Amino acid sequence: MKIAIAKEMRADERRVAATPDTVARLRDKLGFEVTVEAGAGLGAGITDAAFAAAGATVVHDKASVWGQADIVLKVNPPALDGSMHEVDLLREGALLISFVWPGKSPELLERLRARGVSTLAMDAVPRITRAQKLDALSSMANIAGYRAIVEAANLFGRFFTGQMTAAGKVPPAKVLVIGAGVAGLAAIGAASSLGAIVRAFDTRPAVKDQVKSMGAEFLELDFEEDGTGVGGYAKVMSPEFIAAEMDLFRKQAKDVDIIVTTALIPGKGAPKLILADMVQSMKPGSVIVDLAAEAGGNCERTVPGELVTTENGVHVVGYTDLPSRLAPTASQLYGMNLVHFLSDLGGAQKWNLNLEDEVIRGALVTHAGAITWPPPPAAHPVETKPVVAKPAPLAPTAEQKAKREGTRSLLVLLALAGSLLGLGAVAPPAFVAHLTVFVLSVFIGWQVVWNVTAALHTPLMSVTNAISGIIIVGGMLQVSGPLESPVTILGAIAILVATINIAGGFLVTQRMLKMFSK
Amino acid sequence: MSHTLITASYLLSGVLFILSLGGLSKQETAKRGNAYGMLGMGLAIVVTALDPRVTGYQVLVPAVLIGTLIGAVLAAKVEMTSMPELVAILHSFVGLAAVLVGFASYLDPNAHPTGVEGLIHEIEVYVGIFIGAVTFTGSVVAFGKLRGTIGSKALALPGRNFWNVAMLAVSAYLAIGFVGQPNHGGLMNLYIMTGIASVFGILMVMAIGGADMPVVVSMLNSYSGWAAAAAGFMLENDLLIITGALVGSSGAILSYIMCAAMNRSFFNVIFGSFGGPAAASSGAAQVTGEVTSVSVAETAELLRDASSVIIVPGYGMAVAQAQYPLYEIVKTLRERGTEVRFAIHPVAGRLPGHMNVLLAEAKVPYDIVLEMEEINHDFPATDVVLVIGANDIVNPAALEDAASPIYGMPVLECWKAKQTIVMKRSMGSGYAGIDNPLFYKTNNDMLFGDAKKNVDALLGALRDAGAQAA
Repeated sequence: MKIAIAKEMRADERRVAATPDTVARLRDKLGFEVTVEAGAGLGAGITDAAFAAAGATVVHDKASVWGQADIVLKVNPPALDGSMHEVDLLREGALLISFVWPGKSPELLERLRARGVSTLAMDAVPRITRAQKLDALSSMANIAGYRAIVEAANLFGRFFTGQMTAAGKVPPAKVLVIGAGVAGLAAIGAASSLGAIVRAFDTRPAVKDQVKSMGAEFLELDFEEDGTGVGGYAKVMSPEFIAAEMDLFRKQAKDVDIIVTTALIPGKGAPKLILADMVQSMKPGSVIVDLAAEAGGNCERTVPGELVTTENGVHVVGYTDLPSRLAPTASQLYGMNLVHFLSDLGGAQKWNLNLEDEVIRGALVTHAGAITWPPPPAAHPVETKPVVAKPAPLAPTAEQKAKREGTRSLLVLLALAGSLLGLGAVAPPAFVAHLTVFVLSVFIGWQVVWNVTAALHTPLMSVTNAISGIIIVGGMLQVSGPLESPVTILGAIAILVATINIAGGFLVTQRMLKMFSK
Repeated sequence: MSHTLITASYLLSGVLFILSLGGLSKQETAKRGNAYGMLGMGLAIVVTALDPRVTGYQVLVPAVLIGTLIGAVLAAKVEMTSMPELVAILHSFVGLAAVLVGFASYLDPNAHPTGVEGLIHEIEVYVGIFIGAVTFTGSVVAFGKLRGTIGSKALALPGRNFWNVAMLAVSAYLAIGFVGQPNHGGLMNLYIMTGIASVFGILMVMAIGGADMPVVVSMLNSYSGWAAAAAGFMLENDLLIITGALVGSSGAILSYIMCAAMNRSFFNVIFGSFGGPAAASSGAAQVTGEVTSVSVAETAELLRDASSVIIVPGYGMAVAQAQYPLYEIVKTLRERGTEVRFAIHPVAGRLPGHMNVLLAEAKVPYDIVLEMEEINHDFPATDVVLVIGANDIVNPAALEDAASPIYGMPVLECWKAKQTIVMKRSMGSGYAGIDNPLFYKTNNDMLFGDAKKNVDALLGALRDAGAQAA
């Protein structure tokens, strides 16, 4: 099968859908033939020669690159190129993998459908645990978060870390990150490793630990409302909550030097969180980086794609191409997401566009002459924690098992009762009394030990071992005859070895238990 | 001391033993449990010594003193890595004592009931000696295997199950000739049976592979309890019966729990000869792929860059005594803010809970030591998994390859993490004798060499880097 790496057309786009490293993987591990459009990697600093060295064929004619491929890999959605739309360059039945944003561009979907191509939208990959390795949105968000801090540091006129120098004291920068998703967490990490004081806010309480783990302080409202929505995103909050939130931001705006906003709610415009008056209240030289600029921005003063400096000297960064500003890394990560996706699709040898697969079905937006977006809803756990189903081998269900065990234990009990009655009929009373004690003790032992924690298996065993040294009592009852009689000698040896057991067992248990500490 | 007072004291001892076992099932109460056990045992010994029937103090006292001394020295001297051996050899003592008590009881001129009671007494003696002898030789072999004096490979005679049945049958036949003989006339039969039982114990444990040793040790523990219970029956002593039954059933449950953890039945472990060469070549899928190895410096770098690390220790860590420097590494990483946890497979090591004991010895806090079920679903979100001297318990074939002899055994699914590093001496296989596809996975690297040396080097590399950064 033939894969084509298309050259991006957007003027501000420096990324490319493959790097020499991912090309080699596509070829050597997955068995694809790879063609690269000439000049595709230049924005990311990858020469045609580097692609060729990795085993790709570099072709100059765009029409033949697109037209001869079974699969076309791209970053941005296909668009009009002069008089020709890129979609029309695709062969009928070919597969396109790129960002598509199906919700925003119904006419592009229609064009893809009409052309008869299958399309996998990287932005529509379900955000479930299994699909993490092909989650390009996360890859890009990570880069955007990091780059947001780099942009802010560039514009900000001070150190991030506070310093006491011979020439005086420099205060540390205070950074507020709003929205602790992938991008927010990356921003927190980057800012705190530069030495800034970082605070973060998110409507989802579940992310508190993640925020702390990245080294930021988690700001909390004195207000009970869980903002956890579907698929790891946040949901729209109540007006009261928003008022309390605004209050917090208003206070913080006066205090902090840098604000990074990353708040997005799926299917809605970005919520306006930093209002004009808050920007007004910030210190001159402060920086706001709005990662939601493409969706309209979290800040009222954001101009998408632009850097604005307000009348009071606050820089508002509305760049929408942050991942592209780190093109080599972005290309590598995006390329690896694609490699993982293609590997999940079976590679060239075992190719299988499995519509039953939740991940593939979720990302597939056009197929076989039909628009297949949005996918049928699949129940996602609200929890963002990875949930892995336990492998259930051929074992019977718990219910069946319990039932079967129930019957079995009933049978055992009946048999036991029967043999006890039989014994009772013939055996002397003393023996039956001992047997009663014996059977009851077996059951007690059973019940007592059943719930032991695995960590204590060894101490438990050494204690039971010590206790079984009780056999010493047997020996003790036998040593009172004449000294030279075999009974006395046997008894004495029995006492000796049993005592070793008792002392050794208890003492070693004690030694072991002393070591267990919390 | 009156008979009723003795009986009441025995009852108290029994209750203390029950509290002891109950206490030992939780971390918080474990120390108290051990204290209850000692108290119960002390009470039992003192009360028995005061029994009017017991007069031979000139024998009793020296035997107890010498035994206590030997036991205390053993307990103080033993290395925590050698715990399995110690437990095994202690089991053998109980077995030996049971055999001796049995013979003494048979030869005792004072106790000779007749009729049905006599018959029952003789059967009790016979059964008690049989169990005692099996426990004794079985434990000695287990001790040898754990020490390494006897090869740990499973060694099965051809037609082993036939021989086992035959030995049981001959023992039963000899019992018929044994009972009802006047003047210790059955002694010869008793000797022969003891011999057979000893061989039975040896063969039984010889046939069990090293990987199943935890099960065997707890099974022998159970046997030692049954032996004590049998002695209780022959001496008509309720305390022995209670205690023996407690130990017997708790040991049996422990074995059952172990077996369940390996997804195998008890019979499969005892009679299956698992880990033998036959199982190894049973047409399991050929593993393909490339093994990549990694250096200490690269491993240190991976650990430094990771934000979450899980360590999977195995018997190799115990052998190399690597738990101390390992914990130093953990501390270094935790100081950097890395989340580090230990994942313990139920059958890691050679004794149930073996790894927990070793880590506790190195002062690893037990709230970062997690059991398989607690941690298995965390692997996908983990950056680096460090596997130290473990093999079969991280073998993906258990889940993926239906032809594999360990198929169905729950394993630590470490390959789901972003990166695994296996520290191992060579590419040799584990006790199960089967290849491990984990080593060939693309997200796995091998760090070859002695575990202790590598862990030490790793610690050095991490500290150097820390010093540079500071």
